[in-house]
Amino acid sequence: MTMLGDRQQLSYIAAQAADARVNVELETEGMTLNIGPQHPATHGTLRIVARLDGEQVVWAEPVAGYMHRGYEKLTEVRTFPQVTALINRIDWLGSFANEVPFILAAEKLMGVEAPPRAQHIRTILFELSRIANVSLFLGDLGVQLGAVTPVFFAFRDREYVLNLIEAATGGRFHPNFDRIGGLKDDLPAGFIDETRTVMVKLRRFCDEIESLLFGNEIFQSRTRGVGVIPRDVALSYGLSGANLRASGVEWDLRRDQDLPMAWNKADWKVWTHPDGDSFARCWVRLQEVRESTKIVDQLLDTIPAGPVMTKVPKIIKVPEGEAWVSTENPLGEMGYYVVSKGDLGPFRVKIRSASFNNISIVPWVLRGVYVPDIITILASLYFILGDIDR
Amino acid sequence: MFPLSSTETTAEVRDDVRAAALAEVTGALGDAVRDSLLKPGDDIWVRVDATAWRTTVETLKSLGYGYFCFLSAIDWMPSPYGKGEDDPTEPAVERDMTIRQGYAGGESRFQVFARFVKPCETVGVTIKTDVPESMSVPSISAVFAGANWHERETHEMFGISFDGHPDLRNMYLPTDFEGHPLRKDFPLLARMVKPWPGIVDVEPLPGEDSNGEDDAS
Repeated sequence: MTMLGDRQQLSYIAAQAADARVNVELETEGMTLNIGPQHPATHGTLRIVARLDGEQVVWAEPVAGYMHRGYEKLTEVRTFPQVTALINRIDWLGSFANEVPFILAAEKLMGVEAPPRAQHIRTILFELSRIANVSLFLGDLGVQLGAVTPVFFAFRDREYVLNLIEAATGGRFHPNFDRIGGLKDDLPAGFIDETRTVMVKLRRFCDEIESLLFGNEIFQSRTRGVGVIPRDVALSYGLSGANLRASGVEWDLRRDQDLPMAWNKADWKVWTHPDGDSFARCWVRLQEVRESTKIVDQLLDTIPAGPVMTKVPKIIKVPEGEAWVSTENPLGEMGYYVVSKGDLGPFRVKIRSASFNNISIVPWVLRGVYVPDIITILASLYFILGDIDR
Repeated sequence: MFPLSSTETTAEVRDDVRAAALAEVTGALGDAVRDSLLKPGDDIWVRVDATAWRTTVETLKSLGYGYFCFLSAIDWMPSPYGKGEDDPTEPAVERDMTIRQGYAGGESRFQVFARFVKPCETVGVTIKTDVPESMSVPSISAVFAGANWHERETHEMFGISFDGHPDLRNMYLPTDFEGHPLRKDFPLLARMVKPWPGIVDVEPLPGEDSNGEDDAS
């Protein structure tokens, strides 16, 4: 047996020393993880800065504002009918639903009400945009967890709904169809039959997603008990929509608010979940798509005859006053506080968008979770960047 | 009990739910209330003293208004730039610059307003307060955690600061941005660098002289 050479001895000592150094360094070291603004899991340009201790988040802070377009300022130099073209772009997946509360607020100030047929068609289009919006969420949910198939189903079936919206309004993404006093146009021929077929397809899509995702063991273990938001915290952060109902608050503005819309003419259920975790939020949304298809089906049967536009002046001047109207949009409560000074355009519009409040809870809910759960919690809170930044 | 001076309760439209809610709120707030307004079937507005802003919110929370809807501000000064549709070659337009506040009155140019709702009952109240000369209002982010971001947004957009807010960083604008974009005297630059292309449309349309009241039939 040969003796170790000098070189070998030295390298042995160096290795020992390196090991010792590593052991020291491993003991404490925090790390800052930057997610975004261009991370695919953030649905746009939201940036999350998370301070980690090992695999656990110590604190996290969302950084919004990469897409701020200043709509509140822009509305001040527009006339009332022009504003709908802007607010279409707030939640771009459910555009028609953005227009409705603003138009209702303007109508409230003017003291006009849309004819029953227009109210009915508004409600149908509102629910169609909810289905288009939330069905994409259901497909996207799989992608966030590494399952690619559901998103193809979602894009396939959302296309049918977008075709319907296009047939009725002329625009797939930005309908700009709602008018003060009614709607731009009546429904096209064949719309009712076509919608009925599509609603059947959408219910089948919900069943597919339920068996593909919600029954999946990996999905359940990644979402159950993760990101729990208790009722009181949800309320004090102003969470709304499915995020609030998943925390056990049975509150739906479609049912509990008296608006000139047709939701109360259909028989449907408000779903809640007691758990408040990521699974609950996703599950409540799945049920809401099903309920929406039911609402649309029932309203199609009972569309009243008559005009879709009431008599309004050619040049719309809104009387002086203040009005607040909010509706249950796909993402949650969306409302407009409209201040008019009797001019052609609004004096001030405060846009209360759902995602802004829904995302403000992120620093609270991400504290103490593990890194992979950041993505599932963000996905289950469900936000649209245009809805945060406005 | 505070006299409900400007409360309109007309004979034909009554709103017992909101009337009761308003009486409850003004009763609990006492001297802090400056003015209030009830529109039957619509909404409740209560204006309170700025020093009592935080206690007002705490009182509302204890009365069951547990859902934080939004917080923002209004600049009541009319814009010196109008709608940004002036022709730059014409002499400057004379504008009525008197400040008129909206519902529930007011004394200052800026007002902070917020809305709280009783969850499940959908009875809401919009509270307002005049912003004093110091441009500072007590923060409510310790009472309603959701107000944190809304106060940050209001701070950068209006330059109103909130006493006791943990971190009034800008949300949207760069840190070195100067000015407060939602103030009425902040010009909308897009309308300043290039004349508004719709100027021709401002010419009176045929039949507009009857102040636009002719019906589209």
